[in-house]
Amino acid sequence: MTAPKTLYDKIWDAHVAHEAEDGTCLLYIDRHLVHEVTSPQAFEGLRMAGRKVHAPDKTIAVPDHNVPTTAGREDPAQMTEESRIQVEALDKNAKEFGVHYYPVSDVRQGIVHIVGPENGWTLPGMTVVCGDSHTATHGAFGSLAHGIGTSEVEHVLATQTLIQKKSMNMKVEITGKLKPGVTAKDITLAVIGETGTGGGTGYVIEYCGEAIRDLSMEGRMTVCNMAIEGGARAGLIAPDETTYEYCKGRAHAPKGAAWEQAVEYWKTLFTDEGAHFDKVVTLRGEDIEPVVTWGTSPEDVLPITGVVPSPDDFEGGKIEAARRSIEYMGLTPGQKLSDIEIDTVFIGSCTNGRIEDMRAVAEVVKGKKIKEGIRAMIVPGSGLVRAQAEEEGLAEIFEAAGFEWRLAGCSMCLAMNPDQLSEDERCASTSNRNFEGRQGYKGRTHLVSPAMAAAAALTGKLTDVRELM
Amino acid sequence: MEKFQKLQGIAAPMPLVNIDTDMIIPKIFLKSIQRSGFGVNLFDEMRYNRDGSEIPDFVLNKPQYREAEILIAGDNFGCGSSREHAPWAIADFGIKCVVSTSFADIFFNNCFKNGILPIVLPQEQVDVLMADAEKGANARMTVDLEAQEITTSDGVSIAFEVDAFKKHCLLNGLDDIGLTMEKADSIKSYEDKLTAQRPWV
Repeated sequence: MTAPKTLYDKIWDAHVAHEAEDGTCLLYIDRHLVHEVTSPQAFEGLRMAGRKVHAPDKTIAVPDHNVPTTAGREDPAQMTEESRIQVEALDKNAKEFGVHYYPVSDVRQGIVHIVGPENGWTLPGMTVVCGDSHTATHGAFGSLAHGIGTSEVEHVLATQTLIQKKSMNMKVEITGKLKPGVTAKDITLAVIGETGTGGGTGYVIEYCGEAIRDLSMEGRMTVCNMAIEGGARAGLIAPDETTYEYCKGRAHAPKGAAWEQAVEYWKTLFTDEGAHFDKVVTLRGEDIEPVVTWGTSPEDVLPITGVVPSPDDFEGGKIEAARRSIEYMGLTPGQKLSDIEIDTVFIGSCTNGRIEDMRAVAEVVKGKKIKEGIRAMIVPGSGLVRAQAEEEGLAEIFEAAGFEWRLAGCSMCLAMNPDQLSEDERCASTSNRNFEGRQGYKGRTHLVSPAMAAAAALTGKLTDVRELM
Repeated sequence: MEKFQKLQGIAAPMPLVNIDTDMIIPKIFLKSIQRSGFGVNLFDEMRYNRDGSEIPDFVLNKPQYREAEILIAGDNFGCGSSREHAPWAIADFGIKCVVSTSFADIFFNNCFKNGILPIVLPQEQVDVLMADAEKGANARMTVDLEAQEITTSDGVSIAFEVDAFKKHCLLNGLDDIGLTMEKADSIKSYEDKLTAQRPWV
């Protein structure tokens, strides 16, 4: 009998195309997603070496980081010259190398990590990579998915493999049920608050437990999306009926007999009883509160009921980091988090730009108005999410409440397009990073769930959404 | 890729923890489609005022560290995005070696692809190197990859670990893609197996 394996062990073993004596492996890649920022130098490398894309049918390209999200964006004047050059480079490279491509004009265009699952490219048991750290998102399907650098993008384009050494196994279990008002975003932030941004370094995380099982695919994607923020190579969740149900009928999912064969295989993708984890973290679902970040690292997480900490509450190098964060964020130790007034609300990103996120916002703001003077925008993660939200009547609710309803893209999550914070502007954001300058030079970011962002838009300050329920 | 064998140079101290890739190279500089020219914007928001003038207190703006080739950094260096522009900027500035107690995974891998040696050491040893780097331009450290050893300006030697394959590639400046293509047969036979076992992929 073979030793019990984790889910990660199984997917890893199924993808080793070559193993050297020192354990360095060539890992076969099933899906390679490509966007315009981290790929131009890789395609240029291929061109200079006279190489082709090894598996164009497994390579999917879409522009997302630079694209404007306002109407009339087909007009090149909406982009800076540099942004336009990157998007045009992707257009040209996708055609020249013959990979699947969703241009800006295609309704299926959107954030690469939303487009992949939505069109059935991402399936259980696959290896998925992209020159983007939030590739971890796809782990929600029980696939091994992680970000890579541009040199590795070129390597995958040329060989459909990556040179890898295996990571260690880490289990993050969320037991029990979540309380009302607590969402997948609160789970993933709470875990990072517990482990720190370096807590997952060297590991692949498997998320499990009742609270994870209870999540929809959208929620699971939110959880896995931020595995990288905890330092992990990847985060994954074993596939189950919820997963199959999501995948079934999607454009590039298998059909007919192939579907049956695939499901049969997917049912073998779980961690065996007694398999070894090198690190285990357990949180009780009941203990998780709606959370916000107060600082400039995703580990700076506290329940909305808390207060801004003092640098003295920390140890070692974190004392100076906390001092710097509090100063950058313009906060005072001891200040109640729910007293922090905001200027802007951003709802969207690969963390929270899916249909369920749109519904969560609509539920909070239906029939209400956002606070006067607040700039609030909702940027759906893809053209298909946008179309569905319009079909469900959500867009009308948003616009009636005073939100800007945008076209799909990464937008203000990283502010490479025109959607940016100005100096000292404070934002409640459903994105994934609160780093200095992330959403605009000297901009101040508080990471929250979509429901919490919606509540902040209504009151003009960070707000416990449970008070509005 | 440029070879990395033995380096003797000035080490700059950056004790701040969690230095992320947005700090290393802010996204407004990611719009180039080239690999070079990022060094001038390395640590841009920490290094320059909005008007483009230098912030004198920033370590790499101090006269004694302007030629630094080694960085001694706080914990979890390079966390955040997968952007290879971060190591491109570091290399373009002239830094060839970064020492910390830990690195973010993707950044760590990206360094090796660009001739940069990232070294992980325990806190006490990073403290020794940090103190040495604080001495300024007279503190020239030596990093010997072959011997896997760093020597401080005072002659204190500290051994470090490095993955044997990555060491081999750095020492010889080897291109990964060329090495992998030598294993084309293994990839082909894997793909044949894949088609038979998981045809939907």
